[in-house]
Amino acid sequence: MAPLVNIVSLNKRFGRLQVLNDVSLQMTSGASIALIGPNGCGKTTLIKTILNMVLPDSGSIFFDGLDIKGAVSYRQFIGYMPQIGRYPDNMSVGQVLDTMRSLRAESAAVDDDLYHAFGMNHLLDKRMRTLSGGTRQKVSAVIAFMFRPRMLILDEPTAGLDPLSSALLQEKIAAERRMGRLVLITSHLLSELDEMVSEVILMHDGAVAFHRSSEHLKEEAGEERLSKAITAVLRRSQA
Amino acid sequence: MIRIIRFIVIDILRNRMVLAYAVLLAILSWTVFGTEDSAGKAAITILNVVLLVVPLVSLLFATIYVYNSAEFIELLISQPVRRGHIWISLFIGLSLCLMLAFLFATGIPLLLLADAATAWVLILTGCVISVIFVALAMLAAITSRDKAKGIGVSMLIWLYLALLFDGLVLFLLFQFGDYPIEKPIVLLSAFNPLDLARILNIMQMDASAMMGYTGAIFRNAFGDGPGLVLAFAVLMLWAALPFLWSLYIFKRRDL
Repeated sequence: MAPLVNIVSLNKRFGRLQVLNDVSLQMTSGASIALIGPNGCGKTTLIKTILNMVLPDSGSIFFDGLDIKGAVSYRQFIGYMPQIGRYPDNMSVGQVLDTMRSLRAESAAVDDDLYHAFGMNHLLDKRMRTLSGGTRQKVSAVIAFMFRPRMLILDEPTAGLDPLSSALLQEKIAAERRMGRLVLITSHLLSELDEMVSEVILMHDGAVAFHRSSEHLKEEAGEERLSKAITAVLRRSQA
Repeated sequence: MIRIIRFIVIDILRNRMVLAYAVLLAILSWTVFGTEDSAGKAAITILNVVLLVVPLVSLLFATIYVYNSAEFIELLISQPVRRGHIWISLFIGLSLCLMLAFLFATGIPLLLLADAATAWVLILTGCVISVIFVALAMLAAITSRDKAKGIGVSMLIWLYLALLFDGLVLFLLFQFGDYPIEKPIVLLSAFNPLDLARILNIMQMDASAMMGYTGAIFRNAFGDGPGLVLAFAVLMLWAALPFLWSLYIFKRRDL
C-alpha cells in the first residue's frame, strides 16, 4: 500500500540549529504512530512541516502522492490538535466551531462523537477567555476530529485533560484507527501510548533514530509493555 | 475569506480597547465642538487629535492584536485556508473596526457640526490614516517574534512620524534657508503620511498659515486639484506598500 504521507530527506535549520536533519519517513493509512523523543528533538517542527506551518529548507513531503509545497486543499484531510490550543478571547465556543465548519467546502455530516462526549453543547455560549486549559484542549480535540480526516495529528493530546476525558479521547483515537485513519501522536506519557500505538518513531537531535512497529520493539527488548520496551531500547542506545 | 473577516471583526468589536478608543474619541470630538467658538477652529483641533491619537491607537491596537492572534493564525493555517487570505483578512478586519470606531466617534459630530467639505475630508483622512497605521503595525509585528520588541517598533514609528519628522523638516529649513529648497521639502513630506494628511486638510480649511511649515509650501507648489490627487495617491501607497511587504514576509515565515 502506498504511504499516505511520504517525507523525503527533509532538512530545516533555525539559525545555527539543525532542527530536522535529513528526515525521511513513510506513514501508511491505518497506522497509529507514536512520535517520541526528548524535548527539542524536532517533533513539533516535523508536525508543523507536514501542515505547511514551517517551511523546510530542502526535501519534500507528499500527501497521498501530491507534493504539499504551496498546496492548501490537502489540509482538509488532516485533523490537527495543537499542544496548546488558543483562540480569540472574545469568541464563544459555538462561534469558533461554526467558523471552523464554515472554512470547509464540503457540507458532509460532521463527526460529533467527541462534541457530545465532552458535553460541548453546554459550553457553546462560553467565551474562550473564560475556559480552563483542559476545556480548551477539548475544543481543540472536537475540531480535530470533526471533519473525519484521513490523518490525525495530535500533539500531546491528553496533557491537561482530566482522567475521564483523557480516557474518552483515547477511546476515540482507537476507534479512528480501526476505521483506517492514520494517527500521529506525540506524547511524553509512554504508558498511555501502550494501547494506542502500532508503530514508534524515535527522533533524536532532529534525525530519525528508528521507526519500528511496536511488536518488533517489544520482541527486541523482551518486554510485555511498550513503555518498558521503549525505555529499554533507549537505555541500550545510550549505553 | 469573508467568513474569517467576519470572525475577526466580531472578535475585535467585542474588545474593550476598541470601545474605550471610540469613547475617548467621541468625548474629545464633542468637547472640542462644545468649547471652541467657531466650527472652523474646532475642525483644526480635531485634525490635530486625529493626527496624534488615531495613528497611536491604530498602531498599538493592531500590533497587540496581531501578536495575540498568533495561535489562532496557527489554527487557521492547519485548516484548508490560504496563508495570504488569513493575513489579508486580518488587515481588512482590523482596518474596518478601527475605521468604524473613528466614524462613530468623530464622524458623527463632524457631519453634524462642521461644514460638509471640511467634515468629509477629515473623515476620509481619519479612515485612510487608520488603514495606513494598521498596515505599518502589521509590518512591525511580523518583523519580530518578540511582542515587546514589536510594540517598541510601533512606538518608534509613531514617535518618528507624529513628532520627530516635523522637527527634522524645520531643522532642514533653518539650516538651508538660504537655498531654494521648497521643492525638496515638498518631496520630503511624501515620506510622512501624517504630514500629507495634514496638507490635504489644510487645503480644504484654507488655514495653511496656522499649520506646519511644510503645509504652507506644499500649497504654493501644487495648488489645489493635482496636489490633492497626488497626496491621496501617495497615502494609498503608504497603506499598500507596508501591507504588501508584511504579506510577503508572512507567506514565507515559519509559524
